[in-house]
Amino acid sequence: MRRYVIKRIAQAVGVLWAAYTVSFLVLDYLPGDPVSAMAGAGADSGQVDPAQLAALRHQYGFDRPVPVQYAEALGRAVRGDFGDSVSTGRPVTSSLGDALPQTLQLTGAALLLAVLLGGGVALLATYTTRRWLRQLLLSLPPLGVSVPTFWVGLLLVEVFSFRARLFPAFGNDGLRGLVLPAVTLAIPTGALVAQVLAKSLLTALDQAYVETARAKGAGRVRIHLRHALRNASLPALTVVGLLAGQLIAGSVVVETVFSRDGLGRVTAAAVAAQDIPLVQGVVVFGALIFVSANLIVDLVYPVLDPRIVVHSRRRVSPA
Amino acid sequence: MTSHPDTRSARWTAAAAVVTSGILLSGCSSSDGTGSSGTDGRARSGGTLTFAVGSDAGCVDPQQVGSNDSIYSVRQVVDSLTDQDPRTGKIVPWLAKSWDISSDTTTFTFHLRSGVTFSDGSRLTAQVVKDNFDAVPKLGALATLAQGYLSGVRNTEVVDPSTVRVTFKKPNAQFLQATSTHSLGIESSASVKLSPQEKCSKGVAGSGPFTLSDYVQNRSVTLSKRAKYAWGSSLWAKKGEAYLDRLVFKVVPEAGVRSGSLQSGQVDAIGSVGKADETALKGGAVNLQRRANPGVVFNLGLNNSRPLLKDAKVRQALQLAVDRQQIVDAVFPTGTEPATSVLAHTTPNYADLGPDLSFDAAKAKSLLDAAGWKTGSDGVRSKGGTKLRLTVKWFANAATNQPALELIQQQLKAVGVDVVLKQLQITQFAPTLQSGDFDAVWGNVTRADPDILRSSYSTELANFYHLPASPLDTALNRQAATADPDRRGELVKTAQELLIRKAYIIPVVELETQLGVAKKVHNLDFDASSRVQLHDTWIG
Repeated sequence: MRRYVIKRIAQAVGVLWAAYTVSFLVLDYLPGDPVSAMAGAGADSGQVDPAQLAALRHQYGFDRPVPVQYAEALGRAVRGDFGDSVSTGRPVTSSLGDALPQTLQLTGAALLLAVLLGGGVALLATYTTRRWLRQLLLSLPPLGVSVPTFWVGLLLVEVFSFRARLFPAFGNDGLRGLVLPAVTLAIPTGALVAQVLAKSLLTALDQAYVETARAKGAGRVRIHLRHALRNASLPALTVVGLLAGQLIAGSVVVETVFSRDGLGRVTAAAVAAQDIPLVQGVVVFGALIFVSANLIVDLVYPVLDPRIVVHSRRRVSPA
Repeated sequence: MTSHPDTRSARWTAAAAVVTSGILLSGCSSSDGTGSSGTDGRARSGGTLTFAVGSDAGCVDPQQVGSNDSIYSVRQVVDSLTDQDPRTGKIVPWLAKSWDISSDTTTFTFHLRSGVTFSDGSRLTAQVVKDNFDAVPKLGALATLAQGYLSGVRNTEVVDPSTVRVTFKKPNAQFLQATSTHSLGIESSASVKLSPQEKCSKGVAGSGPFTLSDYVQNRSVTLSKRAKYAWGSSLWAKKGEAYLDRLVFKVVPEAGVRSGSLQSGQVDAIGSVGKADETALKGGAVNLQRRANPGVVFNLGLNNSRPLLKDAKVRQALQLAVDRQQIVDAVFPTGTEPATSVLAHTTPNYADLGPDLSFDAAKAKSLLDAAGWKTGSDGVRSKGGTKLRLTVKWFANAATNQPALELIQQQLKAVGVDVVLKQLQITQFAPTLQSGDFDAVWGNVTRADPDILRSSYSTELANFYHLPASPLDTALNRQAATADPDRRGELVKTAQELLIRKAYIIPVVELETQLGVAKKVHNLDFDASSRVQLHDTWIG
């Protein structure tokens, strides 16, 4: 068990390092640099003294050899220092720290809705004996995954904010402001939950133990919830990692549509401004969330099914 | 929120129907609320104006910001030495009650008003102005607009506590207009001493009619009325304090959400209204207000050192082959005007050269024939094995850029010129100009002083467009050294004529700033640079 845990943690650290390195190289390779970006934003005539640009590049250290910049930046990143945002001058960690609670609120609410909606659809679709209803319910998840989040957001704003005037169209103000963005974000996420859960529920219901339980006289509801759902929840748990990725990616769109402050907006702004330190911070932070979610799943697995550790040990230790 | 899935999908269908019919209905309504909102009814004090803008530059220091969305708010925090009349372009008193300019326009002496205080309690003195003008050049690339206005400054001296003198190394007539801009807005000495980043994130103490009370990056800027404000611009209708108690600028990036929020009354005014949102906004309780931005119009800035473009006949053919009216009608918001000079008509000393810029494809073709460019089988002209092909680099800073350029591409194709469009990031604008690696670039410059022609086209400055030295330089230099407005106007007219008749650039369309303003909002007016002045604004 300890070996399993260490291995999973090492993998997580490796992914974080790779995310940092790849993003560093990609950002370095891209044309333009943050200093020209700063100058370009203020000067539509492009009239900036090259000497001043050079001085700024020196100030931010962009004039040093790339390996030196990389080594120094990585060294600081390990200690949790991602430098200062080029566009605002604020430390990257505090920019991200300020945005985080807003995004957690949004993604938390969306995740809750997604599990309730997605789980509800999956359970109902597999429980019902009416063929048409099952077909209808099973056709919802692919629809939910494929409609563009952007469009869903605008549609909800149009109907529930501009016309019905039930909720504000933008901003971070309280629970009412959270409803529309959370629903928007919950639709693709919930669809994913429904897809995976429905599939594994259907598989589970075909298993022999279900027949056994049925023969012993267990009711349909009991079989569905106690036996099938319990076994089907393991594959569904695997998608939690995917969900984390989906929620982070979705927050960029949702926060832009609903003008919400948060990590997604920070990301969009950082990319637009070629704010290299901030983009790097966002990438590593996103990877951290993704990796943590997967790590938790990996660590919860053996609790649900002890066979997983045994299997894993056999694979990793050839000796 | 655990609604039954099938009623959910039914609701979606209903929602889609509502949206579609809504768009159709609003498409039918007309009525065009152009111009300033009426002043009927009695002006009243109090209330909050909520203004939705599309972006946040991440900075609330007037001296550093360059984007309209940020200027709208920070402009209200600082006063300037002078103000500029948007109708006449004339410079009028504000913090300076009068000024003297040396006949060679190198020395500007400002006589300051007394009794002006900053929101941190300090007083306006000649020393404060000097502190500001000494500090601005040190902001460097962080404050390109402000720094450009002060380039070539020799020194700023305190003559007496209420008199300050700015001396330049060379004649610099544009400086007087520059003192009217937000970029040279006067901040308290304590604010000036802060680091650029501190000024950006925490804001500054100005002497303006509003003070910054809250700034949350990417979310909002909140301003409060300055009590006992009594030194407003001589252009403002109301004396003393502003009418409104509070101004809240919300950052709403989505254009559709901005216009919907305005229509549904969630905000009182919005910036950056595009053609796509116009229809939805017409007919409701909303006025569309528009004004052309002064300065250099949207144009194809030619690299005159390229072999193809060295030939004046080719350049003139390009100028004649562009049908500006068609571009305006197809792409730009209602009210946008085709270029009739290199300067927009709202720029002081603009000269109407419309006839020189009229569309004449036949003449363009004959000019190209005369220059030896023969049409090939693919419709593209060539000469000595070289195709008549131009690469136009453009930047994603306006939604209208791509459709406008695609139309130009078609129009030039019709006379045998092959145009390749290459999109770059806006951050590459400055590097592209500096490197000279372009046949043509698409862009504009907002500036309410004709000296922008000198900064853009003098061969003695950056000369990004690689113009050859010519009598144009003389005209540009002399207008910068002329304090007499009539004489300066003549010289600026000459410069415009030379630029157009030699076809050094291809002016296409004026940039128009369009705001959506609720009808209950009165006197929300444009300043001379087509940004807003909110001291006189009231809600009733």
